[in-house]
Amino acid sequence: MTARATPLNARHRASKARMVEFAGWSLPQQYSSVRDEHRAVREGTGVFDVSHMGRLLVSGPGTPEFLQRMLTNDVGRLGSRRCQYTLLCSASGGIIDDLIVGRGEEAADPWWVVVNAANRERDLAWLRDHAPAGVEVRDRTEETALLAVQGPAAASLLRSQGLDLEELRSFAWREAELAGIPITVSRTGYTGEDGFELTVGSAQAVCLWDMLCEHGAVPCGLAARDVCRLEAALRLYGSDMDDATDPFEVGLGWVVKLEKGEFEGSDALRERRGGGSRRKMIGVLGSRRVIPRHGQLLSRNGAAVGFVTSGTFSFSLDRGVGLALVEADAAESPDPLIVTQRGGGDAVTVDPTGLPFYRRQPRQTPV
Amino acid sequence: MSSRYYTETHEWVSIEEGVATIGVTDYAQSELGDVVYVELPPPGKELGKGDAFGSVESVKAASDLYAPVGGTVLAVNEALKDRPEAINEDPFGGGWLMRVKVEDGAADGLLDETGYQSLVATEGSN
Repeated sequence: MTARATPLNARHRASKARMVEFAGWSLPQQYSSVRDEHRAVREGTGVFDVSHMGRLLVSGPGTPEFLQRMLTNDVGRLGSRRCQYTLLCSASGGIIDDLIVGRGEEAADPWWVVVNAANRERDLAWLRDHAPAGVEVRDRTEETALLAVQGPAAASLLRSQGLDLEELRSFAWREAELAGIPITVSRTGYTGEDGFELTVGSAQAVCLWDMLCEHGAVPCGLAARDVCRLEAALRLYGSDMDDATDPFEVGLGWVVKLEKGEFEGSDALRERRGGGSRRKMIGVLGSRRVIPRHGQLLSRNGAAVGFVTSGTFSFSLDRGVGLALVEADAAESPDPLIVTQRGGGDAVTVDPTGLPFYRRQPRQTPV
Repeated sequence: MSSRYYTETHEWVSIEEGVATIGVTDYAQSELGDVVYVELPPPGKELGKGDAFGSVESVKAASDLYAPVGGTVLAVNEALKDRPEAINEDPFGGGWLMRVKVEDGAADGLLDETGYQSLVATEGSN
């Protein structure tokens, strides 16, 4: 099967980006070097093509109630043009996907949902199977491009191009115009930095991308995105969690609002929370030499206690870092863990400061 | 200038007056992605042709390094400790890995430029 191409595919190829197939899409892995792209996001502005992310629109009478019943977070708390991080769980409490859901001006307006590319078809089928008569779930993914503009200088770059960011707080969104191009902009991202995600019509995607790059945004690929999200300890579906993990063990209990009433998976989740998690997600620190990798086993005193779910080299910390799912008892001890690699074992320590590995500086200007 | 020879595991070697300089190829560094750590043998170590002599950690993965020639390690590139990215930036120059004292005919059986380019063309199309 040929990989799907985003509206920016030709631009990436013309710029000699190194392309990779991800979740059935052809996407840039890196433009220059991961080191430089990471630095751009942490110190300036980086721009990512994330058009592979699934964009669904849910509309019709009863939509808020439907979403409240399907998602673990409380959509009732969402104000006008706000969005939130949330989960789709099965009846047994396993995680089907993690996503962002957004409300329009009024609760009766259409709601949008951004899901993981790899789960798009499954989420769509799941939502449609559960939707009551009158609620429609449409897949709008291939009608637009999605650009993530991330970094401490992202706001000033967009402002310099005439985008009014007044009132656009974290997890707010609205329609706008940028250099004459109609877009929707949300103050969201997956890098741990201040940033924005812009939805733009496919035909204008290249124009917008070029404009952002001309004004200092550094084109970035999936590799830098993975380093940034991992430093910020943002979970990745399929690596850090899946159907077999529940939200509590991977540290996402904060998006499960059991008090909001019955919802898909709520009985199982209530039971799981009450019982306490057997496993816990922790951060592990390696070194320049020891870089934890997905799937590697962790042990202590010769006994297996868990495994690495994501690992990479953190340019911010100048050492290997990883997320790991370990037995709850093992998470409490400060003693080193042994990660199995190079046909032997190397010591990693449990991050004593807790997650995330990297925390951004507070914004200097109140916008 | 002496010619470069290559292995199927993407190391290069260039021999001058009994001293072989060894590194990884441009194709290898591009496949590895950003190199963040290099583990190299201590000077004095005896290596056999094809021996695993060290490893490279990149953002993406860890990869073993294999000696294109046998001999005694004379020196390793100390500059890589602080700037492992030199392997990405200049794999045939400043990104060299180590120097090894070799016997005559050490490069026998290795790929020449043409042979290596056709190997890369085959791998790249996979």
